[in-house]
Amino acid sequence: MENLISIFVKSVFIDNMVFAYFLGMCSYLAVSKTVKTSVGLGVAVVFVLTITVPVNYILQNFLLKEGALTWLSPGLADLDLSFLAFIMFIAVIASLVQLVEMIVEKFSPALYSALGIFLPLIAVNCAILGGSLFMVEREYANIGEATVFGFGSGVGFLLAIAGIAAIREKIKYSNVPGPLRGLGITFIITGLMGIAFMSFMGIKL
Amino acid sequence: MSTKEEREPLFSSKNLKLLRDPLGDNNPITIQVLGICSALAVTVKLAPAVVMAISVTVVLVVANVVVSLFRNIIPPRIRIIFMLVVIAMMVILVDQVLKAYAFEISKQLSVFVGLIITNCIIMGRLEGFAMANKPWPSFLDGLGNSAGYGWILIVVAFFREFLGSGTIYGYPVMEKLGVYNLGYENNGFMILPPMALITVGIIIWVQRSRNKELIENN
Repeated sequence: MENLISIFVKSVFIDNMVFAYFLGMCSYLAVSKTVKTSVGLGVAVVFVLTITVPVNYILQNFLLKEGALTWLSPGLADLDLSFLAFIMFIAVIASLVQLVEMIVEKFSPALYSALGIFLPLIAVNCAILGGSLFMVEREYANIGEATVFGFGSGVGFLLAIAGIAAIREKIKYSNVPGPLRGLGITFIITGLMGIAFMSFMGIKL
Repeated sequence: MSTKEEREPLFSSKNLKLLRDPLGDNNPITIQVLGICSALAVTVKLAPAVVMAISVTVVLVVANVVVSLFRNIIPPRIRIIFMLVVIAMMVILVDQVLKAYAFEISKQLSVFVGLIITNCIIMGRLEGFAMANKPWPSFLDGLGNSAGYGWILIVVAFFREFLGSGTIYGYPVMEKLGVYNLGYENNGFMILPPMALITVGIIIWVQRSRNKELIENN
């Protein structure tokens, strides 16, 4: 249990998707004009990451990893399919996003209309594929850890995008130097927020 | 193509514009806001930034040409999947080549080679340009956009490596100049992630103050 909490806190604050690895930057910059829409996107990302990371974890451990196919027949012990990881992961993500979209539309029309266009767009959000690739790189011990990591990364993204949107709503009323308006100032504020988040670095859990 | 129709020269002014525009006024990173994710993460040192720029160039140019060749055959409803497959295939090739011939750098780039798949520059150019244009202009468009992406990467990496580690492409410039004896210290802050964002912010500032038309209203 302690282990899971540690992974969660680490993935939200220390290894934050946006501030430490710059993943999901494109939608982070494009959709952060108002708090309402950015929270919608953030929730969708949490949702999809929590589902795709464990699914890809199963794929990685029972299909792609070297020797992962031994459950099929012992003769396949030295088969290494990990070069197929990219294409498998992106296919899983694209189809899961489609599936999630249909399920949400059927069972919760309110949530569906709130998420709107963001749900399909998430398939090409680098934070989602990044989540799966980091899951492979960090070699989590079991599926529970992988799920918590996916959920935590999503929450980290939600936190970041809600924060920048709130700041951008306020910054409309201040007198930013002309050439920095819009994109430029958003970059610099994100940098400053990143510095703030760096204060979590070095925390041992 | 009918025989009467006059063939466009390979480097007509229109085609050259495709090559030139993304370098400045229509830059993928600073103006179109595409492909930021990978641009920032690989710029701690020059070497990985150069490798990343080359990888993106290969993937974007080939994918642009392939999609443009098939643009009349692809059913519009499944075009995204088709594009993803083309891109993923190219990225797997690039990844395997890097692992074979530049293993150290491939380790440094870690997940970011794989993330070229979801790099918005590539999807953006395929969707916005290659689906509607012939192979040759698509080739030039791919080249132009990846060059526009590459030079930002290299400029950011140059400053971060020079000020952060005191080296240029691994060559210890600051040490050779002997400035450490005068009390100079490397600015370790430049190596940390937030400084990549601020460096890009400054590039945007410089670019937009030189060309006032690019300034946003808000």
